[in-house]
Formats: sequence, structure tokens, C-alpha cells
Amino acid sequence: MQTQVLIIGGGATGTGLARDLALRGIKCILVEKQDLNAGASGANHGLLHSGARYVAGDSPSAAQCRLENELLKKLAPQCIENTGGLYIAVEGDDETYSAAFPDLCSAAGIPAIPLTPDEAREREPLLTERITAAYEVEDASIDPFRLSLSNMHHATCLGSVLLRHCEVTDFEIDNGFILAVRLRDTSNGQEILVEAEQFVNAAGAWAGVIAALAGASIPILYSKGTLLVTGHRLCHRVLNRLRPPSDGDIVMPGGTVSILGTTSIRIETLDDVSPTVNEVDLIVKEIRALLPCIEEIRFIRAFSGVRPLISQAGKSDDRSVSRGFSLLDHLSDGLKNFTTITGGKLTTYRLMAEKAADLVSSRLGNTNPCLTAHEKLPDPAVCHWTEPASSPKKWFGNGKQQTVMLCECEMVPASTVDLIADCLQENREKVNLKALSLRTRIGKGPCQGTFCGAQVTAYLYDLGLYHSNLGLDDLGKFLIERWKGIRPILLDMPLAQAELQEAVYCGFFCLELLDPEDLEV
Amino acid sequence: MEDKETIDAELAVIGAGIAGMAAAMFASNRGIPTVQIGRTGELAFASGLIDLMGVHPLAQKHVQEDPWAAIDLLTKVSPQHPYARLGKKKILEALNEAIAFLEQSGLPYQGSGEKNSLVPTPAGTLKPTYRVQSGMWNGVQSLKLGTPCTIVGFQGLKGFSPQQMKTVLERRWPGLRAARISFPAASSNSEIYPEQLALRFDLPEGRRLLADLLRPNIMNAGAVGLPAVLGIYRSKQAIEDLEEALGIPVFEIPTILPSVPGIRLKEAFCSGLQRNGVRLFHQFRVLEAAPARKAKFHLTVGRKNAELTIRASGVILASGRFLGGGLHAGRNGIHESIFDLPVHQPENRELWHRMNPMDPRGHPINRAGLEVDKNFRPLKNGGPAFENLYAAGSILAHQDWMRMKCGSGLSIATAFGAVEAFGTSRPR
Repeated sequence: MQTQVLIIGGGATGTGLARDLALRGIKCILVEKQDLNAGASGANHGLLHSGARYVAGDSPSAAQCRLENELLKKLAPQCIENTGGLYIAVEGDDETYSAAFPDLCSAAGIPAIPLTPDEAREREPLLTERITAAYEVEDASIDPFRLSLSNMHHATCLGSVLLRHCEVTDFEIDNGFILAVRLRDTSNGQEILVEAEQFVNAAGAWAGVIAALAGASIPILYSKGTLLVTGHRLCHRVLNRLRPPSDGDIVMPGGTVSILGTTSIRIETLDDVSPTVNEVDLIVKEIRALLPCIEEIRFIRAFSGVRPLISQAGKSDDRSVSRGFSLLDHLSDGLKNFTTITGGKLTTYRLMAEKAADLVSSRLGNTNPCLTAHEKLPDPAVCHWTEPASSPKKWFGNGKQQTVMLCECEMVPASTVDLIADCLQENREKVNLKALSLRTRIGKGPCQGTFCGAQVTAYLYDLGLYHSNLGLDDLGKFLIERWKGIRPILLDMPLAQAELQEAVYCGFFCLELLDPEDLEV
Repeated sequence: MEDKETIDAELAVIGAGIAGMAAAMFASNRGIPTVQIGRTGELAFASGLIDLMGVHPLAQKHVQEDPWAAIDLLTKVSPQHPYARLGKKKILEALNEAIAFLEQSGLPYQGSGEKNSLVPTPAGTLKPTYRVQSGMWNGVQSLKLGTPCTIVGFQGLKGFSPQQMKTVLERRWPGLRAARISFPAASSNSEIYPEQLALRFDLPEGRRLLADLLRPNIMNAGAVGLPAVLGIYRSKQAIEDLEEALGIPVFEIPTILPSVPGIRLKEAFCSGLQRNGVRLFHQFRVLEAAPARKAKFHLTVGRKNAELTIRASGVILASGRFLGGGLHAGRNGIHESIFDLPVHQPENRELWHRMNPMDPRGHPINRAGLEVDKNFRPLKNGGPAFENLYAAGSILAHQDWMRMKCGSGLSIATAFGAVEAFGTSRPR
């Protein structure tokens, strides 16, 4: 295969970059080891920062956030719920920090309107009574799945290609020029060779691994962050703790739920990143200061992501390592057509993509301007299914009652599964539970896959999409993936749900007795 | 509390799952005046199969053909397993009595003598079990003999794909074919529900229509398999009629969520218990329990709020685990919900579950529960918590019913043990 630019990594940055380049008339192939948003882009708060969080320690980041926040609200409103946000200090929090806050915000051009404690509680009734300071800011909620899906969809409409389940195994380099990249399709073991003029490493936490394959070295730190999802939405707005950035500072509205977090734990490898019981307890403890009712709240699941941080000499605390992004041209590594774009945050993905596209374009001799700061992000119907509650709205709206509900918790009918399956097949992608749950909300409701797992698997077998044990293997993998998220919150009702799930899948179906060796490839 | 109605009984059984039902049955069979309190809803999740012992050792995923040999092996390495308290003779006695009771209530069971049978599930997996509802028996036989069969599903019935069964079982059961029929159902969307279907097949017209729909799909089949929806109250007649109309054996494949065989089990137990004179307080919960004056327990029960008091000399606690509500898991540990009995459990929450949900060894939390003396009385501070409080079923510690595939056998056998112990202690 041949192209102009090969992009490695299908997160927000990679897909954003594919679209940016495509809009400049540059052809790309994006290769992704797993599926879209498999890394930090799929495991974050979904916070569109006002920038206020960074005014004290990282004001360049703060200003960047503010600008991108405004841009994205204009250009991708379909991915955003403009909730607004609050910064709340409670009794015992660092008073110097909260006193300095309004001036620091103002210096960075970030609106922060002071509120009285009563005004704050009027806006968010669940807030504690022990508020000492409160400010209103322009935080919002953004759907990273819809974002990446929409960016990639536009890029492919303009001629780019997405290769999922393709892992980079090697680079062919001659005299400082990368000629081609070798890929392995993890679904069938096939080897693919892609020739390109420019190569971009947008692999997020895996950027160091990719760079090493090309003979370059990037000083990356891995910082794990864990988030908790509640059973229902607690607050309308984003709630931030007004204190030096710490664990458990944020309550984020995410459609029909709230997402609480986060933690920051240095880890050594990217293998087996899972939320732990201790992290969950820590988050609950910290959030209790903002929302005293938190102990009574039912949690749906926890999830973890890894932030790639470019390590800087002298910074020992992961929170103080700059969350600004890094664009590396690798000339000092002796490579002439390799670029790495890494670090950063979801809010600034478009800017990161722009900077990377600028460098790549100039290396190609392409002088077309960046259009992503002006062109609205298209909004195709096929990218709509990630929005919580969108499924019931459409289903009832269509009046199309002639369909079977395959996921009852999140109300995803068979007709939606048909639509997504067709789409995946058109793009020559595998149809399985994982791909479906990425694009819909199957398995993300209270039952965590107990009912829908078996029902969707049966449906996919009926459609002839599985042969032999593959459907069972997928089901097992799906349950294992969901398990990571529910294991640390198994108390009360979630534990009862987990017991039912084990009774169904082990007690009855005996899925745990299947031998991986019995499976055909 | 004085103005609420008070009911006296000799024995109160708390729990309406399999252990609770079995306890009420054993007690009433022995003439002990019994009341039963509990929610029957969980039986709708029961497969209707009677497991005795299916897998041992867990780590090796060894599916055992001989459940009794497996029990021998297990009780040697796990002397605290509830089966070890009873011994095989009592376990067999308990099972035989329970199965006879169910047969009397119109729900016959069958099995391969004293060996386990393998039952095909809708997933295409095979489950080892001791006894199956008679309607499933031809399925067990057909699998064993490799009889070419047609599996037929219903349009709109979720979670049952004949194609899945055929595809997954292809190597093991090459003669399987898949088909689908459309049975006219009442609901406005195209979805149909197992209970709804089953009630149609309790009636002759429903069976006739089904036979007509099946006939064109079963050419050359040695047998035909359907999801377990062939009647709730008249499943025996339903299958007989179908076999007569089609001229080949008909069998049911167990399903879950909901499970009609589980509903049949509930109905059979309820009708039998009523026949035996057990006073049933189903959908009631025990809100408060006080062991009280004159050596009787005072149980405050009600559906939501307190409705009446039950005074009983003995109580069998068969309240289940987390789903049933017998145990409750909080941030500080696991508690027993009614009497606050000590619960044997892992040292801390991080140890409750393994990282892989499908780890063949099972999760340590599943072995948590009540430890009992040789008379099935829950222990506290080294001795029985109360002289006449007994425990039975999945609430007991040192067993993992979901992995060992010993759930119903354990429930029935320990209920037998608890009733026997109470019977011996009864004042004359």
C-alpha cells in the first residue's frame, strides 16, 4: 500500500490529524493497533476545559484551553454539551490558592464569575454546605467517541484510509529516511507493508514504543488516572475543587451519568492498566467534601487511562509535569521524515493536530492552509449512537416498533445493531461485541453485559457473522473487558449484579470451562 | 407491635429460593407446622436443572462424569464444604425426597442413573448436571448419540439462536440443523417473551399451531429441539402432544433470563407446599428478627412495611447471597442481613475478586458466608449463635456453587440437614 502520510494511532490526535491533512488535500493512511480511542482518548473525563484548572501552574496550557474551548463549541457543537462549570473551595482547602484564583484567571483571559455559596448551591443543590469560595467558568462536556468517529469519518470521505487492528512491527529505514512501515493485522496475522513519504507518531502512551522501533527515544512517563461512573447524573455542571490540583477534584456530567475522578499514579508499563479498590475509595473520600451524598450513590463502573507525559528534568510530581503537548521533529535522532505529536489533553487535540499537520505539510512542500479552525465538523448519522439516550429517542421517534431490544438497559434495538454492522462491514472491519459497544452503549448500563452479551452474541450468530466458537470467544473477551471496570466497585447492587452475571455465564453457560486451545482461528 | 397480627409456627423458613423451598418441603413432609417467608422472584433465573457436583478440581476445569466420586474427592480436600457435613447417604436421601415431591406436583425429572448428564445450552456449550426436567431428556440423549436434530427458534425470541448452537457444536454434533419459525404473538413490537409463549402451549390450540409450523422444518430429523417454553403447568402434556403430532422425539433446551423451567420449579414447589399446609408469605421480607422471650423467635415481616409478627421455635435461614439479599457487601465488609451473624470472608476487599472474571479457580468472595456446626447452626464466638437458628443453601461458607455446579444439590441437601437437626431438637 502507498500513501503520502502514514499516521500511527487512532485517538483524538491521530483522527484529528487525518482530517486536518485530508482538508489540505493530503492523502493519509491511519493505522491503529486496536480500535479508535483505545488509549487515553477513550478513558478520560470528557472535559472540555475552560482552562481555569491550569492558571496557577501552567498558564500557557490554560490559555490554549480557553481558545480551543471556544473554537470547538463553534465547530463541533454536536459533540458538546455546554454545561458550564463551577470551582468550589470548601472548609480546610488552601486559602492562598483560592484567593489568588480570580486574578490568575483574569490574567489568562479566562472568565471566572464569583458566586456566593448560596448561589452555588442554588445551581447545584447537592453541593456541601461548607463552601468557602465559588466561581462560575466555561467548562463543558465533550464526547470523545463521537469526536474521533466524526473526524475519522470526514477524513475517509475525503479519501483517507483507516486500518484498525494493525500493529506496527517495524520501520524500513534508509539513510535517515523511513521508506515504509511493516504492520501486522492482529485479526488474521497477515503482514502489510505501507510506503509513505511522511510518518507521524500519534500513538499517545505508546509513542515511546513506536519511536523506539524507529530508532528514536522519547522520555515518556506513564501516569495512570482512574475515573468512576455513577448510575445517574448528579450535577448539571462540571464541578471542580478549588485547590492545588489533586486527586478526586472533578465531578463531570456525562450525558445521563456523572464521572468522578481522578487519580495520578506513576506506572512503569502499559500492561494491565486497571482501576483498583484503593483508587476507588480514594476518589469517593475526596469527592465527599464536595458532595456529601456520594456514599449513597450507586456506581456503574470504574475505568483507567494512561496519560503520556514528556518527562522534564527536575519535576518529581506527575501533576506538575507539563500537560502541554510536545511536537518532536526527530532531526536529532537522525530521522528526516518522522514526527511525534504527544502529551496534551483532549481539549487541545485540534491544535495538536494542526501543529503536526503544519510540520508534515511543510516537509511535503504543501502550502495549503489549515482549515480545521474554520470548517465545522460534519455530523453524520452513523456517528450519533454514542450519545446516551439517543437510542431511545430515535427508536421511539421513528415509530419503528418492529424491532427487538437487544440491550434493554440502554435501549439499543436490533435495527441499530444492523446499521452499525453494515457500516463496519462496508469498511471491512470486524463486527463483534467490542466494536458494537464502542459505537453504541451496549454493555455500559447497569447490567454490564449480563443480558445483552448473550442476546447480541446470539443475534450476530443469526446474521452469520460468527463461525465456530468465535462468538463465545468474543463474548468472553467482552466480559473480561467490562470486568476491569466493575471489579473495584463491587458493593451493594453492583455486586448483586455481578453475582447474577457469574450465575448466568459460569453457573449456567459454563463459559469459563471453554479451552482457548479449542478455538479455531 | 401489639396491634399487628401474630402468627405462631414451630418452624419459620426464611427464603423462597431452592433451599427455602426444600426446607419447607422437608419440614412439612415430617409434619412440622411451618411458615415460609421470602421472595420467589429469583427462581425465574433458575435453569430448572438439578446440579449435584459438576466440576472438580476447579483449577483444572475437570468436568466430572461421576458426581459422587467428585464429592468424595472434594470433601477430602475441603472438609469444610457443606457436603462434608452430610455424607453421601444423606445427600442422596435428600435429593430423592425432593425429586419425588416435584414429581407429585407434576414436574418429573430424569437423569443418567447416578452419573452426570451433559445438557446443551443455547450458547452451544455443554453443562454437566445430575437431573433434568423430563422435557429436556431427549436432548441429553440426542447429544450423546449424535442424533441428527433440528433446533428451532422463534422469531422475536431473544438470546436463542439455533444457528449459534449449530455453529458452535458443529464438530461435536455434526447432525445439527437450524431453523426458525414465526409464532403469532400478542405484543405490538415483534418481540415475544418466554412466559407468554409457554402459556400458549399449555393449551391444545397452541400446540396444534406449533406442530403445524414445525412440520415443514423437521424433514429427516431424528428429533427436534426447542427453547424451554413448552408450557408452564402442562409441559408434560405439551411435549406428548407434539411428539404425537410430529412423530419424532421433541426436547427442550434450558434457557435463562427468564427461565420457564425455573418458573415451573417455583409453581411446583408452591402447589406442593400448599398441599402440605405450609403457610406461605411470598414477596414478604423479614424486617426485624428478635430472639426472644420463652425461647421463641419474633420475626417482623411485611412486603415493604411491617405487616405482621411470626413467632417460631426454630428458624431456618435460607436467605441466599448478594442477589437474594441474605448477605450484603458494604465498604467495610460483608454482613448477614437479618441476624447480623459473623460472616467468614477474605481479609479485605482487594482480595474479594480475581483480576480475570473467568479465572477457573473462582473468586474468594464466593466462598464467603456463614460457618455452621454439625447441626447446621451458624456459629458465633465458637458456638451456635442461637440454639434453634439453622442455615441452609448458598449462604453457607466454603462452597462455590456457580463454579462447582453444585447449587441445587447443595441447597436441597443442606436444607435436609437443617430440618433433620431441628427435628431432633424439637420439644416433644
